[in-house]
Amino acid sequence: MSPLKIKKGSSSHSAYDLRDPHAEEIERHTLAVVVDNEAGVLARVVGLFSGRGYNIESLTVAEIDHTGHRSRITIVTTGTPSVIEQIKAQLGRIVPVHEVHDLTVEGPSVERELGLFKVAGTGDKRVEALRLADIFRVNVVDSTLESFVFEITGTPEKIDAFAELMRPLGLLEVARTGVAALSRGDASK
Amino acid sequence: MSKTQMTGARMVVQALKDQGVEVVFGYPGGAVLPIYDEIFQQNQIRHVLARHEQGAVHAAEGYARSTGKPGVCLVTSGPGATNAVTGLTDALMDSIPIVVLTGQVPTFMIGNDAFQEADTVGITRPCTKHNWLVRETDKLADTIHQAFHVAMKGRPGPVLVDIPKDVQFANGTYVAPKSAKVSHYQPQVKGDIETITALVELMETAKRPLFYTGGGVINSGPAASTLLRELVEATGFPITSTLMGLGAYPASGDKWLGMLGMHGLYEANLAMHDCDLMINIGARFDDRITGRVQDFSPGSIKAHVDIDPSSINKIIRVELPIIGDVGHVLEDMLRLWKSRGRKTDNASVKRWWRQIEEWRAVDCLAFKQEGPVIKPQYALARLEALTKDHPSRYICTEVGQHQMWAAQYLNFDDPNRWMTSGGLGTMGYGFPASIGVQMAHPDALVINVAGEASWLMNMQEMGTAMQYRLPVKQFILNNERLGMVRQWQELLHGERYSESWSESLPDFVKLAEAFGAKGILCSDPTELDDAIMEMLNHEGPVIFDCLVAKHENCYPMIPSGEPHNKMLLGDASTKDAIGTKGAVMV
Repeated sequence: MSPLKIKKGSSSHSAYDLRDPHAEEIERHTLAVVVDNEAGVLARVVGLFSGRGYNIESLTVAEIDHTGHRSRITIVTTGTPSVIEQIKAQLGRIVPVHEVHDLTVEGPSVERELGLFKVAGTGDKRVEALRLADIFRVNVVDSTLESFVFEITGTPEKIDAFAELMRPLGLLEVARTGVAALSRGDASK
Repeated sequence: MSKTQMTGARMVVQALKDQGVEVVFGYPGGAVLPIYDEIFQQNQIRHVLARHEQGAVHAAEGYARSTGKPGVCLVTSGPGATNAVTGLTDALMDSIPIVVLTGQVPTFMIGNDAFQEADTVGITRPCTKHNWLVRETDKLADTIHQAFHVAMKGRPGPVLVDIPKDVQFANGTYVAPKSAKVSHYQPQVKGDIETITALVELMETAKRPLFYTGGGVINSGPAASTLLRELVEATGFPITSTLMGLGAYPASGDKWLGMLGMHGLYEANLAMHDCDLMINIGARFDDRITGRVQDFSPGSIKAHVDIDPSSINKIIRVELPIIGDVGHVLEDMLRLWKSRGRKTDNASVKRWWRQIEEWRAVDCLAFKQEGPVIKPQYALARLEALTKDHPSRYICTEVGQHQMWAAQYLNFDDPNRWMTSGGLGTMGYGFPASIGVQMAHPDALVINVAGEASWLMNMQEMGTAMQYRLPVKQFILNNERLGMVRQWQELLHGERYSESWSESLPDFVKLAEAFGAKGILCSDPTELDDAIMEMLNHEGPVIFDCLVAKHENCYPMIPSGEPHNKMLLGDASTKDAIGTKGAVMV
């Protein structure tokens, strides 16, 4: 039952058919969107997702061509195959968008995310945190006698796993960049 | 002349001139005063002073729809811009090219909550195709030229250029359209030839083919309508159209099935349901068209021609997606079909037509005018009879029952003659739109078919009609009800008519007279023809108050959540349908 107390699948009392016509499997896709780096362009992309009810799992953006003023937005989104197709078509319609690539389907790709973890503790916990950091090939970028700031780079899953391990060891704060991704091989996408 | 120094305000007017703009609809205010000062000092561009910014935008829409050229609007910052939002959204939903220029507070005051400041580009981002805030005078001309380019190219739509007051005052370099930076925005117009060939192959063997056309044909330009007519005549396939596409194929043509959709014709909707090849040309499978998506035309192979890739597979999965401009794709279709020997499955198509004729015999638009009260259908049938031979008749509508009846009972033989708010369903659209149409076609007969409630929403535009001597005819079907709301309350909400009657209505004749226009009241069916003729023969604007039956429902109707073959044809079938538990979900 929805909050409106309308039974799912019923379209009574509605001017619209409330049944979901696209009951398919949800997929996770990583999209790379190359845009003109102009005022409001990120708002256009984000507004498209919120306005049309699409999901954003992570989003990163930075200017990648300082002379041509191009930015690359990497978006990790989820949806049914038809929703993913819609998202790509809708992104392509935005005037300052130059390219839309679905790295999940356009061949193999690499995904990396950077995370910063502040872990505070003393004694065994502190030693254990440092030992695990070493296993994960994590850099220590700040240290006091009672805390570390770890820098970890990897797939979102690796960062998730590290976060899980740090939690009982005094995890205070996390900052994550979101995913940046590129296709593998010499093709330019 | 390509690179000259001038103020931003002068640049705006120069850019509009260079874009071939003849009319600007607008309303002045503090943040656009420099531009209005420039307008004052020239005679090339006519400015039409609306009485509300919403009216100005709808007028620009009417101008654009009836000419195929972009409509232009000029309004001030803050409330001027926010009042334009409904018109912008309307134009976005119906793919109407308009360019709205808004004033903005000076750049150094942006973000300070200055007087009449609003985040115009922020507010209008989701309701424009694109928008710009211009912070430097040197970029102003280039931006305006790009705005026209984006509004017209690909799927047309509204654009907005926000111009701070200091940018209008400052000097900068003017750039002519030809020297302006070429936009990378160049949508694909040619369709994929392999898919078009596959479609032509299917047309050769289809047993129950159907053309389903929409506003995209009209937006593509008159050539697309001509090609469509040629293709329909040559193949002999039946054709139906959405509300937005009326006139692309003539209603007098013998392949015409009438409009489809929620209040479309019985034969058109059943043909949609039963066809085996659906050729969608420039329509977008709107929910008012498809009904229940799962049961939408279950046995057909579907082709979809659309210039907007996001329209394809958005609602209905199609086997043959063709991204391209309707005109270009129709040209290729016709050429390929001819060169392959002009084949169709003649015998099957004839059988298909016999089936369609059976449906047509139901005569779903039949009504009986009896008794002393004018039926709204009768009023429109008479309006049609008395105006159909006019050489240049343009019809606008407001939104509601009268709009659907107008679509059903008025016939359009040419594109760009029918201006109605389809996607957004904006009450108050029709009257200002009729002003825009009349500005573009001073000698034409421009009629706005209205309901009394819709019409009141922008009635202030009577002042505009009078000032510019625009003889627009306001044909108001007055049932003292929000007829469509009332109809749904009757069918869906247990006849509880919550707030759906028009209380304290003005005397429309006196209202007309108060503005210096002519008012006509008609309540007697026997006097209707004479009254309509009186309206048509009057040289100035007319408010025609046509008192009609109060509780007439609009049929045929596909109840929400039902497929095309579950249409309700009239009050009798409605009562049955609701009485039969579970048979009809309304």
